Amino acid sequence: MEKILEVEDLHVTFTTYGGTVQAVRGVSFDLHKGETLAIVGESGCGKSVTSNAIMRLIPSPPGKITKGSVKFKGKDLTKVSEKKMRSIRGVDISMVFQDPMTALNPTLTIGTQLTEGIKEHQNLSNSEAEKKALQMLELVGIPNPDERMKQYPHQFSGGMRQRIVIAIALICQPELLIADEPTTALDVTIQAQILELFDEIQQATGVSIILITHDLGVVAKVADRIAVMYAGKIIETGTKRDIFYKTEHPYTKGLLSSVPRLDQRGSELTSIEGTPPDLFAPPEGCPFAARCEFAMVVCNKMYPDETSLSDEHRVHCWLQDERAKKLQAASSK
Amino acid sequence: MKEKILEVKGLKKHFEVGRGQILKAVDDVSFDVYRGETFGLVGESGCGKTTIGRTIMGLYNKTDGNVLYDGEDVHALSKEEEFDFYKKMQMIFQDPYASLNPRSTVREVIGEPMEVHGLYESKKEQLDEIISLLEEVGLDRDHANRYPHEFSGGQRQRIGIARALALQPDFIIADEPISALDVSVQAQVVNLLKRLQTEMGLTFLFIAHDLSMVRQISDRIGVMYLGNLVELTTSDQLYENPLHPYTKALLSAIPIPDPDVEEKRERIILEGELPSPIDPPSGCVFRTRCPAAMDICSEVVPTFKEQEEGHYVACHLY
Repeated sequence: MEKILEVEDLHVTFTTYGGTVQAVRGVSFDLHKGETLAIVGESGCGKSVTSNAIMRLIPSPPGKITKGSVKFKGKDLTKVSEKKMRSIRGVDISMVFQDPMTALNPTLTIGTQLTEGIKEHQNLSNSEAEKKALQMLELVGIPNPDERMKQYPHQFSGGMRQRIVIAIALICQPELLIADEPTTALDVTIQAQILELFDEIQQATGVSIILITHDLGVVAKVADRIAVMYAGKIIETGTKRDIFYKTEHPYTKGLLSSVPRLDQRGSELTSIEGTPPDLFAPPEGCPFAARCEFAMVVCNKMYPDETSLSDEHRVHCWLQDERAKKLQAASSK
Repeated sequence: MKEKILEVKGLKKHFEVGRGQILKAVDDVSFDVYRGETFGLVGESGCGKTTIGRTIMGLYNKTDGNVLYDGEDVHALSKEEEFDFYKKMQMIFQDPYASLNPRSTVREVIGEPMEVHGLYESKKEQLDEIISLLEEVGLDRDHANRYPHEFSGGQRQRIGIARALALQPDFIIADEPISALDVSVQAQVVNLLKRLQTEMGLTFLFIAHDLSMVRQISDRIGVMYLGNLVELTTSDQLYENPLHPYTKALLSAIPIPDPDVEEKRERIILEGELPSPIDPPSGCVFRTRCPAAMDICSEVVPTFKEQEEGHYVACHLY
């Protein structure tokens, strides 16, 4: 399948008065055309910073992409000029943010906000732009689009606003849509509607989606592939089935078992003790070692290399090392 | 026979929102909470679950109905009785960032209710108690002199829990205590709450929107929609045999973290959005989104009746 995005060894830091935060520390992944990649992880793991870095939306200073490349259809986005980047944002790559309450300008009508981008980028006349906007509103399921175009954001509910944000993101027919926690601020019944909408849109337009989320239930429903992030690194990546059923990394296992399931009732939830490391001074070895029940001496000293378990399934863990496996085999005898 | 610790009878809480309009945040809700159980109250934003919690606590005055705690009307207490009442009932709040005073040390945060109620004779005794509470909730004695900003979200919530326990209450209202936390930390806090319940015999009113978590922790669950309680039953019954169409839709909307299960699931996608509680639909409030709505639904308000033993539902289908 055609690769639309290749992120390689991306490093992002933020310089603050208290020191330098190494928010993203060597993230690499590919995205194929028409697929949905979910980046999952807990707060502060660097998933939003990664997506903002792809869009070059890291405020600089204090933020900086210190290393690595983001190739969108072969072109390295970390190297293009700001002017060129402006012609890519919203046209080739769009973004949907978490909070539909703040993502829209409260002083402009929905119509203005919808047509703003397309008028800027595609040189359309007002009436053409409006026609396009109406189509988009219909696509995302807003009833009476004609009237709604003239209304302001406060006249819409949260779910409707998120639909509008999605319509704005899709109006220039981007090839890549980055959705950063798009349903986190919504109620579950509305979340179900929006997830359904993403599915319909992907089938209708073939857009590739990067979904940033912490909700493993959402991931199980919509993702094709999953990348699990922890402390600024992708520690395991694979197809949805690899991650859920052939889980290798102890953190991924911990994360999966700490999520309560509606269809099961256990006596006690498994929690991961401790907290993620401080990214001002990230540990030299595996960042999860301090919380990992299988941690060995080596884990605190060196970060493990990538182990490929199959074409798609890759993991960074010392337990994959031949020597560790031998020991496991020996001890299980 | 289980002993009722809290009885909520026909509770209404209306807010005046100007221009003579009235927002019916809670409209005629009745339920009992038994001693030692965890009662989960679930529903989507704006359904009135937080308002119920606050009205039970006496933080809001009721509009109508009764809240009886140990048989006593919470809203008819004298100032003195109210003071004592707060020793029995405490609250844990949702946002661990906003609910702790940034200028107080942990020791002051937990010590304040103890001082107000004059629980301990000496500072030393009080400090010992604060430290033992900190240890109880999984923090340590070194944390006592630190400020809230030095803690992570999960740790702050532990501080909030320690503060709620400071007066050794019997009843705790936990209003979305884990929603602001990461999943792995959520599990830590829920396990802590469960352990405290067993050790101290606490009764919980657990208010949350996350049904998967509520199922893990609750004995019984009440489902709210637009100011009304629509269904109430045991945790297992609710998941295995939901009766109300809203409960069914709500349950089916929650994604399950298991791709195989997700692929096979039939989803009931509710059309539309929550109507305004200022001008709720006539009859059954859910009828505008209900896939099974009938003529009668717009005319008659369904009564909240016991359909099976201990399983209450407000719906014309039954």
